Amino acid sequence: MEPCLDIRSLSAVLPNGQRVLRSVSLSVQPGEVRALVGESGAGKTMIGKAVLGVLPKSVRIVEGEMLIEGEDLGRLGEKARRNLIGARTALIPQDPLTALNPSRRIGPQMTDRLVRILRWSGERADKRIRQLLDEVQIRDPERVLKSYPHELSGGMRQRVLIAAAFAAEPRLIVADEPTTALDVTVQKQILRLIAQLQRDHGTAILFVTHDLGVVAKISQKVSVLYAGKVVEEADTAQLFAAPQHAYTRALIAATPRYTDPYASLKPVDEAVLAGLAAEIAAADQSWRPGHG
Amino acid sequence: MDDARISRRGLSPKLWLAGGWLLVALLAAIFAPLVAPQDPLAQDLMLERLPPFWLDGAEPGYWLGTDSLGRDLLSRLIFGGRIAFIVAFAAATSACLLGSALGLIAGYFGGWADRIISRIVDVWMAFPPVLFAILLVAVLGTGLSSVILAIAIIDWTRFCRVIRAEAMSQARMDYVESARIAGYGRIGIMLREVLPNVLPSVVALLSLEMGIAVIVEAILSFVNLSISTDDPTWGSIIAEGRLSIHQAWWVLVFPLITLILTVLSFSQFGEALKARFDPVLR
Repeated sequence: MEPCLDIRSLSAVLPNGQRVLRSVSLSVQPGEVRALVGESGAGKTMIGKAVLGVLPKSVRIVEGEMLIEGEDLGRLGEKARRNLIGARTALIPQDPLTALNPSRRIGPQMTDRLVRILRWSGERADKRIRQLLDEVQIRDPERVLKSYPHELSGGMRQRVLIAAAFAAEPRLIVADEPTTALDVTVQKQILRLIAQLQRDHGTAILFVTHDLGVVAKISQKVSVLYAGKVVEEADTAQLFAAPQHAYTRALIAATPRYTDPYASLKPVDEAVLAGLAAEIAAADQSWRPGHG
Repeated sequence: MDDARISRRGLSPKLWLAGGWLLVALLAAIFAPLVAPQDPLAQDLMLERLPPFWLDGAEPGYWLGTDSLGRDLLSRLIFGGRIAFIVAFAAATSACLLGSALGLIAGYFGGWADRIISRIVDVWMAFPPVLFAILLVAVLGTGLSSVILAIAIIDWTRFCRVIRAEAMSQARMDYVESARIAGYGRIGIMLREVLPNVLPSVVALLSLEMGIAVIVEAILSFVNLSISTDDPTWGSIIAEGRLSIHQAWWVLVFPLITLILTVLSFSQFGEALKARFDPVLR
């Protein structure tokens, strides 16, 4: 089956020549959730932004391809690429506090995209949005649609954003740490909602997170990222049962366990980090830029 | 930020006072021929330097007294308000449109557009504004339209700088990124996502600028560079009053009070409006 998202050997550099993505390859099959896990600064969010075409201006892609349902984004013109991304993908952002425009009501913000970009009729868009609000278990859609973002709680806003992401039936959703900014009790509900909608709609999700607990709950496949390099890729169950890479093992060991709250936190071992540094240096050595 | 919270519930006292004064002054200016007790240009040397109504020697019908040519001060102030308000609205609106548009473009698009616009603003602001205004009017010639033009040409930078900074912080917001992912064009995003969020600042600045325009016009007519006809303006009344301060203090004091109240009201009104316009309680 043709993958929904296929990233092949993607490298990106900063203006000073430093590589931030190191020949990243990963694919997401239709209807599959792939977790992209790594520590802060590993480049998880960068990959999401690259797919959605919103990389910061300073980051330049120097090699590799990104295909959405077999269409190579690099081969499309700016306009066609924007249209393709707009029609087939969506983002569930990290921070629900800044992801909604504070001076516009929720209703128009949600329907606008369907009406203006996808040329739906206003009636159809409105019906669709209400249906989605129902799916994310918002009990009083009337009030929510008329509200300004600041009148809703963080959890409610994240529900609205999830509804908005699924509204246009995208093939692929990039979820960029969607639970990080929420408190723990709400995190669980939001995670459950995303999983529920994902199953119902059969949407593929690239789920960016640093939380291995979340990975275990929601994903079927995992890619472990370190310093912009995929160090391990596996089925989720397999990864937890038998992690292959020393870094993955260290990460799993470092996860705090609620069953043993008094155990001290285990940082990733120095030797593992030294090994990773050597691995990345070796990869950079053999890498020739400029054929992208 | 208590003021902001109160003003959201209803009108704050500040807004009432400022708005009230502006409304009274504006209506008086619009209906000047009906409201003014005397002809502002009629001279009568028999009635020169009459004091205001509560002092000995005041004449009925000349509420605030007369100047050294026997012209009624209140009528002159009311007619002078016409010029003041015309200049305030026309000059501030032009400066606002020009400055806000450029500021929005510079802040949202960044890059070359920002560099060019910001350098122009830097150069512009290197000139002392009042001297610049006098210079411009000297070049453009006196008259109402050149005064308006001069103020707009000088003061657009105020809008440009503030709006640029706000648009820049808006451009980094996640909802702007989401709009790009959804496929909106850059201009569309600027107008739909960024503009509504900078609008409260635009409104506040606009009101403030109206006050500034009133002052600049007064300064220009004080040095006799505003409109060249005999029409009274607040600045020219002040200039005349200055000469007879020892004989008739009221000719200087009343236009000054009028000017100060109007300028203060504009700025307070702007602040209060901004608080009401802003949907987010900060």
